[in-house]
Amino acid sequence: MDLKDVVDSFYAESLEGLDLMENVLLTLPPGPVESEVINKIFRAAHSIKGGGGIFGFAEISDFMHGVETVLDQLRNGQREASNELSELLLETVDCVRHMFKAARDKKPVQQDRVTSLRQQVDMILHQSAPETSKLKTELMVNPKSSDWHISFKPHPGMLAKANDPLRMIRHLAELGSIRSQACLDELPPFAELDPTECYLAWEIELTADVREDEIEEVFSWVLDECDLIIKPLDSPAKQAGKSARIELKPVPSGDTLQSTDGPAASESIRVSIDKIDNLINLVGELVITQSMLSRFDNDISALDLETLRNGLSQLIRNTRDLQESVLQIRMLPIRFCFNRFPRLVHDISLKLNKKVNLKLSGEDTELDKTVLECINNPLLHLVRNALDHGLETPEQRRRANKPETGTLELKAYHESGSILIEVIDDGNGLNTDKIRKRALERGIIAAEDNLGEHQINQLIFQAGFTTAEKISDLSGRGVGMDVVKRDINDLGGDVWLESEFGVGTKVSIRLPLTLAILDGQLLRVGSEIYVMPLSTIIETLQINSDHINTLPGNSQVYRLRNKYIPIIRLDEAFNTNAEATKLEDGLLVIVDSERQHYGIWVDELLDQQQVVIKSLVSNFKQVCGVSGATILGDGTVALILDATGIVSAFTKRHNVSGMAVA
Amino acid sequence: MANILAVDDSPSMRKMVSFTLKEAGHHVITAENGEQGLAAARAETADLVLTDINMPTMDGISLVKALRDLPNYAHVPILVLTTESGANKKMEGKHVGATGWLVKPFNPEKLLEVVSKVLD
Repeated sequence: MDLKDVVDSFYAESLEGLDLMENVLLTLPPGPVESEVINKIFRAAHSIKGGGGIFGFAEISDFMHGVETVLDQLRNGQREASNELSELLLETVDCVRHMFKAARDKKPVQQDRVTSLRQQVDMILHQSAPETSKLKTELMVNPKSSDWHISFKPHPGMLAKANDPLRMIRHLAELGSIRSQACLDELPPFAELDPTECYLAWEIELTADVREDEIEEVFSWVLDECDLIIKPLDSPAKQAGKSARIELKPVPSGDTLQSTDGPAASESIRVSIDKIDNLINLVGELVITQSMLSRFDNDISALDLETLRNGLSQLIRNTRDLQESVLQIRMLPIRFCFNRFPRLVHDISLKLNKKVNLKLSGEDTELDKTVLECINNPLLHLVRNALDHGLETPEQRRRANKPETGTLELKAYHESGSILIEVIDDGNGLNTDKIRKRALERGIIAAEDNLGEHQINQLIFQAGFTTAEKISDLSGRGVGMDVVKRDINDLGGDVWLESEFGVGTKVSIRLPLTLAILDGQLLRVGSEIYVMPLSTIIETLQINSDHINTLPGNSQVYRLRNKYIPIIRLDEAFNTNAEATKLEDGLLVIVDSERQHYGIWVDELLDQQQVVIKSLVSNFKQVCGVSGATILGDGTVALILDATGIVSAFTKRHNVSGMAVA
Repeated sequence: MANILAVDDSPSMRKMVSFTLKEAGHHVITAENGEQGLAAARAETADLVLTDINMPTMDGISLVKALRDLPNYAHVPILVLTTESGANKKMEGKHVGATGWLVKPFNPEKLLEVVSKVLD
């Protein structure tokens, strides 16, 4: 460990403290404050202030001083909470966060922002006296002198608190040269002497170029436990004028801090001790297995075969457990992402004059750290959209016979090997007529296209589609739902939307648990082997030729339990040759893409196995319909299929209209 | 070198204090709050105790009071870590038996200076 680690941990801890302050402040009701609540955030502010000075964030420490004082007054009941005060404190939280970021990225602090907030805090505290005048008066009151006389008489009980008079005299000697004389007048006869009491006094002459308060500082801990007289021996003429140093801060440049910036790529990850302990246990077991197997160095008799087999199966188990546990380390609760939303929703709804009740659930759902970081911006966008376009104003809601306060829900949960995140609002919902009209105008769909409601709703994920009548400050800045969709697809997930006009909207995001490894189904088409993530497969079936219908444009659909499912031929998609010539000689793998089912036609199903994902982009290039590659046990490379990509390429090839499924 | 007990609820403060003191060759025991601090103090008598004041469960003031009640700690220097704004906390600490205080923020040099001051 070096000092940098300590500073890093202070940094992380401070950001946590700021988050805590934010959370408390957001829900702080006006009026007197519960001591339990305020104590928590006071401690956070206090730690930041204290640590700030220690770890070289003097400016932050300084800034926090005022905040701490306000919190202290709240704590002592000298002040009551109010919405205005909470707002101001929230702004200071933001500002300190900004200052930390600036310090870490070595960027200039937005000085005017800091100054203005400081003034506001000071105004609350009625402290407007500039500091320079304080310094001046201090200098006046504490003239420097070079010769001092000090009478120091400890009270008898001073030793009881482990304060040693000798220590102070030694300290004085460090300031300059001293001549001291002990005064033994009160020393009792030996028989009456209590060794825990102090009977001595000292008269000390000190020659040093110091101020009175510097001498007093030596005795500061015991001022209440001794008689102390400090007198200058010469006139205080030689006053060394210490000029106040004014530091010129660089003028903040044009770059402004955006509240939208995601968590900066932090190099460290906080892992719970349990996870690490588990790993250590597993490694322990691995070592045991290894020693068990290492007995078979060169001579293996037939009798050992059973033990060898046991050892191998144990090794397999250990490896799998170890792999799972290591992956667990990368898993973080989605809380880290959800946590910023209460504040965000609070701010945005205030700006929009809307009343919103935010509900979070499933914050403990864990997902891969990389996924977590990448999901921030899409989620932010969805929440903004919901607030801006989804939820109505209180008045509109009243007219629609809805409670004035709208509800926005963020949900996360596991579902069959994936993670589902839902953004649900009880707002206006999507107007399918409007969307259809807009899509026609934009040429996204053709007039003769016969789309179901579900498909119309998905159109808003198309590039260049936005129905917002005017571009607002919050959303509709040219970043559309298409970007959300692309971001999520890049993560190997998909996103879809369900909505009922007048009732509300639900946007669902499905994400893979991890980006490093997946459970795959191996498929064969001709001589090629592909991997399909198991999580996207609904079922696989043998084809009954009676259920195949051919549509105009030479595409086929398959009737499955009275639903028609488009058949996508993998050999066509990847331009290879399948072994089977007739559809019924192959198999259909039913996959789910954006809550629609498709049948992917292949020659044969092979094993199911866990595969390690290798990026195709970094080794080759992005290929539509392929999310990565893996190396199989026999060393061959297999492509990992991306159902969503295959489907979208397919619909492009065959034109959506022909394939519309009611 | 000395055996120093450092009590603070802030992990980074604990790290900083123990890092600094260990670098200077001291043995450091850390605790997160007064309760833990008291338990650690009972388990092994320290040559010096540094304690924060604002801590959950058992604060620094109660810790100092409890330590001074232990026979082993009657003459062990105890320093409270406090901020400039907590002037009355210093006195409160002194009142219950603290030797002195160390005003936060302090840098590692200041910490070592004060520690060596009380230890010799």
